[in-house]
Order: sequence, then structure tokens, then C-alpha cells
Amino acid sequence: MTSLETSQTDKPTRRISIDQVSRVEGHGKVTLLLDDEGHVHQARLHIVEFRGFERFIQGRPYWEVPVMVQRLCGICPVSHHLAASKALDVVVGATQLTPTAEKVRRLMHYGQMLQSHALHFFHLSSPDLLFGFDSEVSKRNVVGVVAAYPELATHGVLLRKFGQEVIRLTAGKRVHGTGSIPGGVNKSLTRAERDELLAALPDVLQWAREGVDLVKALHQKNTALYESFGLFRSSLLSLVGPGGRLEFYDGVIRARDADGQVMVDGIEPKNYRQHIEEEVKSWSYMKFPYLTALGPERGWYKVGPLARVQNCDFIHTPLAEAERQAFREAHGGQMVHAPLAYHWTRLIELLHAAEVIGELLRDDDLMGDALVVSGERVGEGVGIIEAPRGTLIHHYKVDSQDLVTMCNLIVSTTHNNQAMNEAIRSVAREYLDGHEPTEGLMNHLEVAIRAFDPCLSCATHAMGRMPLYVEVRDASGAVVGSATKSSR
Amino acid sequence: MSAPKRKLKVATTSLAGCFGCHMSLLDIDERILKLLELVELDRSPLTDIKHCGPCDLGLVEGGLCNAENVHVLREFRKQCKVLVAVGACAINGGLPAQRNHLDVRECLTSVYRTVPNDPELPLPLDHVHPINDVVRIDYSLPGCPPPADALWQFLTDFIAGRTPSLGHGLIHYD
Ligand code: SF4
Repeated sequence: MTSLETSQTDKPTRRISIDQVSRVEGHGKVTLLLDDEGHVHQARLHIVEFRGFERFIQGRPYWEVPVMVQRLCGICPVSHHLAASKALDVVVGATQLTPTAEKVRRLMHYGQMLQSHALHFFHLSSPDLLFGFDSEVSKRNVVGVVAAYPELATHGVLLRKFGQEVIRLTAGKRVHGTGSIPGGVNKSLTRAERDELLAALPDVLQWAREGVDLVKALHQKNTALYESFGLFRSSLLSLVGPGGRLEFYDGVIRARDADGQVMVDGIEPKNYRQHIEEEVKSWSYMKFPYLTALGPERGWYKVGPLARVQNCDFIHTPLAEAERQAFREAHGGQMVHAPLAYHWTRLIELLHAAEVIGELLRDDDLMGDALVVSGERVGEGVGIIEAPRGTLIHHYKVDSQDLVTMCNLIVSTTHNNQAMNEAIRSVAREYLDGHEPTEGLMNHLEVAIRAFDPCLSCATHAMGRMPLYVEVRDASGAVVGSATKSSR
Repeated sequence: MSAPKRKLKVATTSLAGCFGCHMSLLDIDERILKLLELVELDRSPLTDIKHCGPCDLGLVEGGLCNAENVHVLREFRKQCKVLVAVGACAINGGLPAQRNHLDVRECLTSVYRTVPNDPELPLPLDHVHPINDVVRIDYSLPGCPPPADALWQFLTDFIAGRTPSLGHGLIHYD
């Protein structure tokens, strides 16, 4: 069978679609082309929205940027807040932040990792795993989980709450805070705030461990499904920290091939452009990145928890490291490519985030008062961070008037674009080919997409051109807006 | 004994928004469990219901940036007795409306070398519009996002049959 990216025959007579992928963040659509016998000829995940952040950020003063870019995404605003801050640290010449600033930012980031992973697993994905991919639509959501597993649902809600509280106390607000600024932070923690978080930590660790246990039990109960569903092989990419450790806030880029061999390592963020390029396809507003050395056909990769946990050499916190080893042992030390294994590794990361938050909270630097540094101004900066969904790149140029003249963003979900398309093609081949596409079967496609925890609104930052003409009329029929066909 | 009260049906959607308003709704934390006892969720990013049925209340996050947003918004207006514009984007376009001062034609291929152009992609609008450019709205909750407590206050007032009113400190414009 062909790759299914583009139908090779004119046989397809039927188009079916999932017009809005649900229980993911943002707007995406899946289309399949089938022939009379129900054979699948094409399967695509389209990103249908564009918003143009990269363009309209030009001409804004650089110090607005860390606050503005958060509006790319309400689920992981902290990732954008910090990636932009890190890029602009370079611009303001803050080569070394104060220990307080660096630790407050780290705390904010690990808080966000925890809340985002909790949200994704408990609120969005667990219904598929607990009830079955083709279970009843009315139950297959967080309301169903609350009814059937009230304790689990409550713990999920409380885990997310803790992460959000960490963010509120470091950033000033749960969603779209303002705590981080170029060169440092504008707030440290008070003793009372620190103690409040520390008091909640034992429960958080306990619930995080229960989460890992749950996902392990799900894998064990149905190993064949979890290891084969949506399977495809690919390279993987992430930042790694000192000594190759798992690291979310800062590090160097490393990529491994599908067998686990390191292909590139130690790439400084500022050199990302020599190693990563992006391809554009006519049917999606989301670009397709790849490693320059390998080209677009072979150079695509996956990012996010499944990539990070296998790309690092170790995890420096004990509970998560034990779970990493258990994960490896369960797969005989082989590289794991099964999309559903994203959930397992995501919960290992959630546990790790809780442990790191504990480490940071015990460090009095959090309460220091040296918050901001600056140095010699330069015209350009790159900031890379591991967002909950994977590697996130922000790159800016700033002129002598303090205005941004160039912005390039490669968000986590964009790195996973090809990977998600491969996953739905794998599912389409195995489950839909030759079958009548029921609601339950169609949800299989969404289950594969959800495993990646895509953030489709992050992925719509770019600005394209108008392909046709459309008018918007109000209730009285008056034209209130229009779009024009591009000149080309 | 009176018959058990019918649960109110609530639908939510995100148009050209960032999901931050939905996150703020989840930021009511444990109260979400109580809320789910009181209302039934129809179409929402949290359920797999793809089209909205008749609802008592519709919460709309985000403005209008493409033709699909307009269709979804119209469907919401048709199905929901009461429609609420939640957050800056729904009320006045919000940050995405920053692109309104740019001539889209001139944005050219600065981002995409080949501009995506496929029947599957909904047509973008030349400007980002607030939702009341297209439909009547009944309430708006300001903020980017509105605070969780404001959403909670609104919902509990609405469910109890009171005229929703936000007390001191619940109206933010940030
Ligand atoms: S109002 Fe703010 S939080 Fe809500 S969708 Fe718009 S940008 Fe996001």
C-alpha cells in the first residue's frame, strides 16, 4: 500500500471527514478518500486555521513579546512566555541570569509541565483508554470519567490545580501571566507562598505515582493493542541537559534515528537553523519540519514525551528514573515508537515534574531579591525550550529602536506534523480499509492524534495568503467582511 | 414531591481563540465536579459531540478569522437560547485582530513559500471580527481570559435563574 499522503489513483469516489478533531486543543480536521470497496487511498490531518503571529509581532517593542506570544496557546502559555524570554535574554545581553530568576522560571515551567500533562491525560485522553476507543459517545469524555472513576477524576483535577497554582505564584496569573521578562523575572516567591506549595506536594507526588501505575496497568492489560496501534517508525528529537539528562528548561538539541543511534548531538540553540528546515504543503497551514542533513523525505522526526524519555540518557530524580527503567525493560531495551506509549512517558514526565518542583521549593534562592540582569545589546536571539508537547523554538531580531524586525517560531506540534499524519495513515490502513466507517472507527483516528497531545492553535501562528473570495454578512444581509483572492 | 429539575444544557466552543478561556473555565478546579452535576455538556472541546443540539446556554471563546468560524457561530446562535461572548477575542477580536492593520495581500509568501490552498481549508477572512459583528449576543465576560471566579459566578447565577452579575474584582480587562 502507498503512503496514503496523496491518492495515487482516480478511483476514490467517497470523501469522509472528521470536521473538528475533538478533545485536542485547537482546530484540526481529518479527511479520508475511499473507493467503492471502502479501500482508503488518502488520509490527511489538516490544520485549518491561520493567525499570523510571526507577521504582526514585527514592529512591536521587544519587551511586549513575552506577554503577547502567550496568546498563541492557553494550555501552554508558559512555554511561549519563557521561550520568548530566553530569546530576548540574549538580545538584552543577559548571558547569565541570577539564581533566583533562573529558578523561579524553572519552577514556573515545571508547574506548567505538570498541569498540561494532567489536563491532557485525565481530562482529554483517559476516556478513550478507560472506556474503549469505540465506546458510547455520550460517555466518552471527562463527565463519563467523573461518573465512573470519581476518585481518579478528582485527583486529575487536583493535579492540574497544583500546577496552575505554581504558575499563578510565579507568573502572577494562571493563564497569561507576566512573571518573566527579558533578563530575568519581576517577582520571586514569598516564604508563605513557598510553604503553601510545599504543603501540597506529598499528595501531588502520590497522585502522580498513581497516574503512572494506571497507565502501566492499561498497557499490561492490552499489550498487543498498545504496542501496535497507529505504529510507524521515525527519528526523534529533543533538548537534553547536562550529561544527557532529561531536561525541559534549557539544553542542547539531540536527535536519534529509529533504532536509537544518535544522529546529531550538542547543537546549540542559536545554530538550530543550520539543522532544521521546514516544508510547506498545499493542504495544511501547518508546516513540515525536517533535519536538513537527511532531507524532507527521511529527515522528519517526532518530539514530545515519547521522544524525550528515550532521547535522554537518564532522569536525575529517583522516582521518575525508576519508571524510565521500567519502561525500557518492558520493551526489552528496544526503541518504542507506538503512539499510545506517549501516554506512559507523559506520566513519567509528570512524576518527574513533581519531583523537580519539590527540589526547587526546598531551595531558598526562590525567595531571593536579585531578579534582573542585562549586558551588551545584540540584534538577534534564539530561545529553545521543551514545552509539554515537545521542542519549541522562538527566534527574534530586534533593531536599535527596540522594535522586532523578524520572528520565527517552530512550535512543538509542528515538529509532530508528519508523525501525526503517519499515525492516522497507519490506523486508516489497519482499521478503516475496507470497512464501513462508523463513528467508533473514526474515533480511532482521533485517538491516534490525541496521543501526541497536539496543540493545534499553537500550530496556526503563521500567516498565509487568501486563496479565494468570501463575504461575511450580518443578520440583515449587510457585508461586514470579505477576503480576496490572491494576485497570483 | 417535585420532579427532579431538568439539567441545563451547555455548549462551548473555541473559534479564533487560544483555549485560554476554556482553561479559565477549568480553573474553577474542584467546582467543575459540582458544575457537571448541575449541567449537561453538549458540543464542547471536552466532548466528542460534533454538532450542537438545542441548548440553554452557549459559551463562545475567540473571534472570527475564517469562514468555518462563522458557520460554527451561526449554529451556536441558532441552537442556544442564551449566547455569551467569553473573553477579549470574542468581544473585540483580541490579539489575533492585530493582523487587521496589515494588508493581507502584502503578507505574501513571507511565511509560506507555497501558500496553502486546498478545498479542505476554510477560507480566511480579511479581518478578524468580534462575534457580535455576525450574531446577537446576550452577555459578555471580559478578560483575557476572564477569571475563573467570574465564570463560576456567571454560571451559578445563570443556573439558579438569577440575572448574572459580576461583583467587585471579577471584571478584568487584561
Ligand atoms: S481572550 Fe485571551 S485567553 Fe481567551 S481565547 Fe482570547 S487570547 Fe485566549
